[in-house]
Amino acid sequence: MNILRRVWFALSIALASTPVFAQQPGQEFVPVTGPVTEQIPAAPLVISSYAFFLVLLFIYLWTIWRRIGKVEADMRALARRQPEGGQRR
Amino acid sequence: MMKKLFIPLVVVAAAMFAYAPVAINKVPLESTMLLVQKIFYFHFATWMALTAAIAVCGVASLISLFKGSEVADWYGVAAAELVVIFGVFGLFSGSLWGRKAWGVWWQWDPRVTMATMLVLIFLGYLMVRKYGGPGSEKLGAAMGIFGAATAPFVYKATDWWRNIHPPTTVMRTLGEKFPAAWDLVLYCTGAFLLLVVLLLAARVRLEAMRAEMDRMYLALED
Repeated sequence: MNILRRVWFALSIALASTPVFAQQPGQEFVPVTGPVTEQIPAAPLVISSYAFFLVLLFIYLWTIWRRIGKVEADMRALARRQPEGGQRR
Repeated sequence: MMKKLFIPLVVVAAAMFAYAPVAINKVPLESTMLLVQKIFYFHFATWMALTAAIAVCGVASLISLFKGSEVADWYGVAAAELVVIFGVFGLFSGSLWGRKAWGVWWQWDPRVTMATMLVLIFLGYLMVRKYGGPGSEKLGAAMGIFGAATAPFVYKATDWWRNIHPPTTVMRTLGEKFPAAWDLVLYCTGAFLLLVVLLLAARVRLEAMRAEMDRMYLALED
């Protein structure tokens, strides 16, 4: 219970903390002109985003492939158990 | 028709996704968000893909509930799964973007909170379908309809309850203010919509096979 309370407290602080280093987006997006500097390193965030998408997509594709494979195997097993002249696929 | 087109479409989608990082790298930085803005191209596209999946699920659920169509039910459950997948990525990429834009990983902003609730509704749909037993198709279809009815509120949340998420007007001016970004947004949205079509086709095939297997079980028992 104590651990749960601590986790809840830590989550509350993390999720509700005041934005300190925020770069507020404007009402419209416009291209940059001139030299710029990043306040927070953004490359890890961008890379993480695209990497997560790829990982999620491939995991999902793998689950579809695995489920189709399982159903196909079950159908083959069922087809073998079908009596001669019964419904076959 | 879809069987013939499936492989060529997979090739087109793979090519589009392979070129996307190159195009995203080429596009100029945005003036306030700089590099992290590049998350936006997949982030926006994924919500468009999610919207398409919600539309399919909503319509399929309506047909399934009121006409009792088995095929519509396959489309409903397949689309609901896609809503959850794209929703998870949309929330994750938004969180990464928010870390830079808002300085925190998460904000209880109306748009973000409602989008989370939307994903949870469709997660509930999938749980009902998996563990609900007999009759879960009807209950799931009702959840699909109400989930789809929630989507417009999520879209308008930034306009109705103004908070820190960029408003919908950002997209209206993008083509004029930042044409390169607008073209790329369209490109990525096209790639994601194609992905939705392909994933939906694969998932519907799985549902069709499961239905056929159920029929085989019943035939064996008779």
